[in-house]
Amino acid sequence: MARAVSTRRKAGYTIAAWIIGFAIFFPILWTIITSFKTEAEAISSPPSFLFFNWTTENYSTVLERSNYFRHFWNSVVISLGSTVLGLIIAIPAAWSMAFVPSKHTKNVLMWMLSTKMLPPVGVLIPIYLIFRDFGLLDSRIGLVIVLTLINLPIIVWMLYTYFKEIPGEILEASRMDGATLRDEIIYVLTPMAVPGIASTLLLNVILAWNEAFWTLNLTAAKAAPLTAFIASYSSPEGLFYAKLSAASTMAIAPILILGWFSQKQLVRGLTFGAVK
Amino acid sequence: MATQHSRSAARIMISPAVGLLLIWMIVPLVLTVYFSLLRYNLLMPGTERFVGFLNYKLFFNNPAFFTALINTLLLVGGVLIVTVVGGILLAILLDQPIWGQGIVRILVIAPFFVMPTVSALVWKNMFMNPVSGLFAEFSKAVGLQPFDFLTHAPLASIIGIVAWQWLPFATLILLTAIQSLDSEQMEAAEMDGASPLSRFWYITLPHLSRAVTVVILIQTIFLLSVFAEILVTTNGGPGVASTNLTYLVYARSLLNFDVGGGSAGGVVAIILANIVAVFLMRMIGKNLDA
Repeated sequence: MARAVSTRRKAGYTIAAWIIGFAIFFPILWTIITSFKTEAEAISSPPSFLFFNWTTENYSTVLERSNYFRHFWNSVVISLGSTVLGLIIAIPAAWSMAFVPSKHTKNVLMWMLSTKMLPPVGVLIPIYLIFRDFGLLDSRIGLVIVLTLINLPIIVWMLYTYFKEIPGEILEASRMDGATLRDEIIYVLTPMAVPGIASTLLLNVILAWNEAFWTLNLTAAKAAPLTAFIASYSSPEGLFYAKLSAASTMAIAPILILGWFSQKQLVRGLTFGAVK
Repeated sequence: MATQHSRSAARIMISPAVGLLLIWMIVPLVLTVYFSLLRYNLLMPGTERFVGFLNYKLFFNNPAFFTALINTLLLVGGVLIVTVVGGILLAILLDQPIWGQGIVRILVIAPFFVMPTVSALVWKNMFMNPVSGLFAEFSKAVGLQPFDFLTHAPLASIIGIVAWQWLPFATLILLTAIQSLDSEQMEAAEMDGASPLSRFWYITLPHLSRAVTVVILIQTIFLLSVFAEILVTTNGGPGVASTNLTYLVYARSLLNFDVGGGSAGGVVAIILANIVAVFLMRMIGKNLDA
């Protein structure tokens, strides 16, 4: 039951929450605003917040001067590719652990989680050398492989917690009716599992899109996704704030929008089902 | 009931995931340990030879190592304190009746979706820059000397940036946990005359303990490996003032091409992560049973 709260108190909470929310969001807002300024206005003192000549010239400059679309496309291929590949490997595994649990299931799950604890830097050198020898450095396929393996434990865990909620009685009923294992998976489980799979997909695309250890270390110019493209702005010459802001805005906008849709699944996915 | 047939099917279905993770874990791990016992420099191919624990000795004798170790712990600890304390307070605030709660939630959660290189560059240039950053503008406006954050307080600045990225995550999880709190229990306590502070201390906080554990676990995994934020803001400097273990190994191996020395650092990083992991896995394992 909701407690009755005086309007005055509610107004107080509202003001406090909006101020804090706005402060946390401000760096993003400021980046978006700056992306519409000229370079001179971007560093003018005192800074102008709204009253300047809004321009989109930075966006056209970034698009013209750099291979923005190539990096964008790299990000799309790498994040979607690694997620889909991960799902293909993880769905059968999660299915079997959720519906045919054995006494090892919990240990397998914990072990998978423990592979996430392996610090990437601990295996950076062998991976780098193996990639060099196989010609996988600066290739999209190489990054797809690495990010698939990196996120596989999270994908398995997320799917497992979703599958676990599908009542086992339904499977038994379908089996009584003579459904084969294949029928069972295609006609009974899959329709019930689609929402969980969709959430898993969404969250992992976000994680892979923003991954910035392997993407920075294993790519140069060709296969670099947006994370690495933006990092190339770290030592620029001359005036560049407005262009940096435009490039940043374009890099974060798609995932910001996806992310807002996924906030509920995010909690469950990233906590391995421990908080719902 | 699981049949013999479905059991063997289950084993087949789980094996690709388990097999791949096993390879992914063991092959590089064995190679890292092996490389760490070699003198192996990419600039001098063909001169690899077994040197025992020399790389470890050099690594431990390097003063940069202890700085990096301390920095790693400070970075993880600092961000955890800011995000957990901030997250609890923010979650409690967002749990109150608020007009436009959905929009505030969206504003608060946003930084989590910003890629690390973007947030690091935005903070570095547009906020912390001592000449044209917003903080410098603000200092000038109130008549203070602008502060050069990344030169004079590099680690603290990076902690700030990383905390900004992770505060939304902590808040969101803790808010989800708070919302599952039984309101009748709260009302009963209120009627019995419990003060807001004691209600927080004896009801809200114990209820949140599981969520806090999870937040600490997940964040520690990611925070031990902070890399991009350091690379684009300070390059680990000035000196090694903001170098963590991850960055030190990167600098050793990929900038100085010292595979042997870098691998020794990698092994140390793995051991450190394992010490943390043992504690945390025990906690999450217990929580999963509950």
